[in-house]
Amino acid sequence: MTEVFLDPTAELSAASKAILPRLASLEGKTIGLLDINKPRGDVLLDRLEQLFAAEGVSVRRYAKPTMTRVAPLETKQQIAMECDAVVEALAD
Amino acid sequence: MTNTHTNYIVVVKRDCPTCVLVEPVLAQLQSGGCKLQVWSQDDPTFPETVTDVGDDSNLEQSWAMKIETVPTVIRMEQGAETERTVGWDRSEWQRLFEQDQLAAELPDFRPGCGSKSVEPGMPEKLALRFGDINLQSREIVVGEMEDPMESCFERGWSDGLPVVPPTQLRVVRMLAGTNRDPAEVLGHVPPDLQPCTVEKVAINAVMAGCKPEYLPVVIAAVEACLIDEFCMHGLLATTWFSGPMVIVNGPIARAIGMNSGGNALGQGNRANATIGRALQLVIRNVGGGKPGGVDRATLGNPGKYTFCFAENEENSCWESLAVQRGFSPEQSTVTLFAADGVQGIADQKSRDPESLCHSLAASLLAVGHQKFAMHSDAFVILVPEHQRIFAEAGWSKQKVIDTLMEFTTRPGSELVPGVGGIAEGMPEFVKDMELPKFKPGGLNIVHAGGTAGLFSAIVPGWLASGDMGSSPVSKEIVI
Repeated sequence: MTEVFLDPTAELSAASKAILPRLASLEGKTIGLLDINKPRGDVLLDRLEQLFAAEGVSVRRYAKPTMTRVAPLETKQQIAMECDAVVEALAD
Repeated sequence: MTNTHTNYIVVVKRDCPTCVLVEPVLAQLQSGGCKLQVWSQDDPTFPETVTDVGDDSNLEQSWAMKIETVPTVIRMEQGAETERTVGWDRSEWQRLFEQDQLAAELPDFRPGCGSKSVEPGMPEKLALRFGDINLQSREIVVGEMEDPMESCFERGWSDGLPVVPPTQLRVVRMLAGTNRDPAEVLGHVPPDLQPCTVEKVAINAVMAGCKPEYLPVVIAAVEACLIDEFCMHGLLATTWFSGPMVIVNGPIARAIGMNSGGNALGQGNRANATIGRALQLVIRNVGGGKPGGVDRATLGNPGKYTFCFAENEENSCWESLAVQRGFSPEQSTVTLFAADGVQGIADQKSRDPESLCHSLAASLLAVGHQKFAMHSDAFVILVPEHQRIFAEAGWSKQKVIDTLMEFTTRPGSELVPGVGGIAEGMPEFVKDMELPKFKPGGLNIVHAGGTAGLFSAIVPGWLASGDMGSSPVSKEIVI
């Protein structure tokens, strides 16, 4: 069942939850590439890694142990500490 | 016999023995030609012997007719109520129905039962469903898979601790704590200078965990923080530690169960904890003032979650802070101070007021920086065992303040840069002056704390005091 709350704020922002701010530029940033362990995710991420490298952007690779579950807390924390943004390959 | 323009409405419930008692009377009236509309709150098949019983199990009719007791008989003339009676009072019923011999076999009198529409919590539910409550705030729909508590965190509404999800029902119940119009604008909350209605305060009071009876105190605290002299914007934005401390005076403090005794500055009392927190949530959510945003505090202090207590007036030998500030003892007030944390002063040996003043003064010199003068204001929270020393010597509060002002006045030559091997200090031009530690009026005393312990507290204030920054402000609490 959905619940209805009354907005405690001055209602200056959208009613939906805000997404994190996007990167203004890739310069000097580190991008995480997360393979969720579905077939051919590596194909997409390998190509992205080439493209990022060509732009001089540093890349780190991560993988979920299984596609069926959410990423382990350690993986999420590691990505958050090491990267400015992450690309997740949903694959198939 | 009643005329053709007269009809009757009767509200009953099966669960009420008096309603069961009057069932045959209702049946008899109806078969005698009386125009009777019976509404049943809990069982539309009751009363069985009466026809066309209306189903009021959603209590819409009972709410609209303001039924408090069942049975209630309402006499209507040409569509308008002229009279009503509650319970069973034979002579009343006889008079209302204009039938002298009505129900001679029944007892004279039986009280009714409470209407289901006034059971605890029900009036607000019904008002929300059927009433003309017109809350202005945007509705936020929380998804089925979302945890309501987590959802509040994710939307940035929390100070870091869980908040009570502000459902419409909780907000309506909260608003019952004040007579003020939910749409009333109290002022514009910094830093975004957004209009703050009583309704927005109520929503944040719900989230802070307040009871409805605390709401007038929260409203007064919000009003006080918007007084220009308090300088809420600067207080929020400063890199210094301070945040608003709320001191409550007057009868409401006891009425809502605030703590002015043991651990008054600590955890554990709902009113103390949630009133101070509600004020901070208003600044965060309505004003948009958040750490890392306009709140630039270098360290902050734990009181920025909540910092609120009541003065112990009952056992004080002095006038209260509120009386000192021009209010009567019968008025309830909040006083706000731009406060840092709590600095303890232990003095278990002084038995005369001079020694205790020297002791307090020595610690007061550390406020802000030992070499600073006339920067911060300060409050001394004097505990009962320390106040007793002054009481027994017959000292007034003003005499204590004057003495502390005297004992904290120093030659400027001790305060200039370089003295004591410390580069920090007052400007060179003060070196031939005598400098009081505090500005006139900058030192205040309130009485609070447990009955055991010769440990008072200094609550230092923002370095920018007075016209430079913030001065204490007071506001009467209006229900």
